[in-house]
Amino acid sequence: MEVAIHGIGLLASGLVGWSAGRPVLTGHRPFQPDEVPEPAAALLPPNERRRSSDCVRWAVQVAQEAMAQSGFEPRDVPTVFASSGGEMGVFDKLCCTLATPARMMSPTLFHQSVHNTAAGYWGIATAGQQSSTALSCYDDSFAAGLLEAVTVACVEQSPVLLVAYDLAVPAPLNQARPITTGFAVAFVLAPPSDTSLATMSVRLETASAVAASGLDDADLARLREDNPAARSLPLLSAIASGGVQTIRLGLLDSQQLILELGPCHI
Amino acid sequence: MPNLKPMPPLTLSAYTLVTANGRGVGPVLQALRERRSGLKPCDFEDVMLKTYIGRVAGLEDFALDRGLDRFDCRNNRLAWLGLQQDGFMVAVAEAKRRYGAHRIAVVMGTSTSGILETEHAYRERDPLTDGLPVWYRARYRYTHNMFSLGHFVRTCLGLQGPAMVVSTACSSSAKVFATAVRLIRAGLCDAAIVGGVDSLCLTTLYGFSALQLLSNEPCRPCDEDRDGLSLGEAAGYALLESSDKAGGRGAVALLGYGESTDGYHMSHPHPEGAGAVRAIRDSLTRAGLRPEEVEYVNLHGTATQANDSVEDKAVYSIFGARPACSSTKGWTGHTLGAAGITEAIISALCLTHGLMPGTLNCRRVDASLKSRILRESQTGSISCVVSNIFGFGGNNCSLVLGKL
Repeated sequence: MEVAIHGIGLLASGLVGWSAGRPVLTGHRPFQPDEVPEPAAALLPPNERRRSSDCVRWAVQVAQEAMAQSGFEPRDVPTVFASSGGEMGVFDKLCCTLATPARMMSPTLFHQSVHNTAAGYWGIATAGQQSSTALSCYDDSFAAGLLEAVTVACVEQSPVLLVAYDLAVPAPLNQARPITTGFAVAFVLAPPSDTSLATMSVRLETASAVAASGLDDADLARLREDNPAARSLPLLSAIASGGVQTIRLGLLDSQQLILELGPCHI
Repeated sequence: MPNLKPMPPLTLSAYTLVTANGRGVGPVLQALRERRSGLKPCDFEDVMLKTYIGRVAGLEDFALDRGLDRFDCRNNRLAWLGLQQDGFMVAVAEAKRRYGAHRIAVVMGTSTSGILETEHAYRERDPLTDGLPVWYRARYRYTHNMFSLGHFVRTCLGLQGPAMVVSTACSSSAKVFATAVRLIRAGLCDAAIVGGVDSLCLTTLYGFSALQLLSNEPCRPCDEDRDGLSLGEAAGYALLESSDKAGGRGAVALLGYGESTDGYHMSHPHPEGAGAVRAIRDSLTRAGLRPEEVEYVNLHGTATQANDSVEDKAVYSIFGARPACSSTKGWTGHTLGAAGITEAIISALCLTHGLMPGTLNCRRVDASLKSRILRESQTGSISCVVSNIFGFGGNNCSLVLGKL
């Protein structure tokens, strides 16, 4: 399956935006993790923004960045949102409430607990009516999301927005899922054309002795291990370096997604 | 914008369903015929809400063992119970022999997965440290995490193809059909296990109560006095294969799907049902069918004021008052993330047995609804059904099922 990459969005500690993050990913600038500024997520109407969770603002921020670079009209583009755990901060609040005798649940918090919360807010912000899928595959959620997005692009011959995100898990839930730092990434993909700035060929193979792609920088490698959405880092790093590389993403224990990057000028 | 061309049909070469009405398609069909509801006054855990639920009996009476212990939770017990019915595991084993374990995908849907485990763990937090109990910590991955269900089903069936859990609230296990079609058409697998499992938990019971969407009585879809939904739980599965490879004349097949969003509100439907209209239209286009070829519409029909009237507008705008329309939520309750597969399997049963179930608990059809809402069941040959599922986040999916 062949797809073109039309836009990228990125938000993580030390990687605030794709253009700022690119020289870090190529090794031209040091990776300096720092507090991530509160994402603007300016596309969200003020009312929705006020009520939104951190996940929503991070996801909308990277989606917005990737979409602006692509030049596509957001409302015309189907979406795939991939997250291992979804709204872990909301679950923490809900489960605290449900452990009290009164169990007085907030209706807003309840509707924000669904796995497609970020997808729903993106839809409201863009008044989009295209298809939207939200999915999980635990630590391989990015690879599974990419698979779904690539099949949308290839089978339905449509541009597609892929957003992968997981945020730091609050205490005490972090005892069960110790993700310590947030990561969000977005790609706008589409069927290839003559003017594509970056292309990628994608196939699925039975897992072999060849390990999934890693990273040279030890700190970036640790980030990749920490957060499921950061499993996208080897791909991002290869794109930043101009492409023409093969990236292997693990998909469960049995398969790998093989991504053969053409020249990337994005 | 997606390319909307007719798609080749996929046969549902095996399928099964467990709801409050019984274990397996036989008891579910019998309940449909006898117009026997699975809804009873809420007796789930210590919940004191005045509402009715469609609880699957017996989930408290066993635990998962023999290498599956780590997955043990209400949602996966229900998933396991579903796998045992209607010879489904035998059919999957047969498909595995034909295609190989790597060539069969697992695409499951759920809305709350095993969140009940986390709810329980939070009651047992350490009063000094706020820490979660040790029994829970290593189990989150296998119970509450959204992928737990996919991991569990893939493990039980010994499959090694791509797998994921789609979680788009109530539309989850309708959308799994669309994802499976794409995986098969892209050549990434030859067959797919699609399905959905959602089980009762405090989050949804108290959440829908907080939204004032729960009825005090058994839900009454399309009734003039409807006042909310009843929650239920269910597990259902289908084995999807290319109709070139499986299924003779008369076999039930997925003919089309349509997916859309409202882009309007997180928990209210679009007032004109614009997203719903798009989902239904796209499903018909992919099926290569005109609206007048559809004989029965299995409505989402949750029995909330808003859903039933908006869905009616959408359905009427496409089909007029010609096809029979009904909701089967009065039998099962709203099984949320399992509603898509529940109603897809019920639609398959309707096609196979020539049954159009009249809307249970609907005493007098709301006069403002323009579609032809069935109150009494009808029988007769049916060749094509549309099943609608709409969910939070304005996430819509319609499926077209028919006979080959």
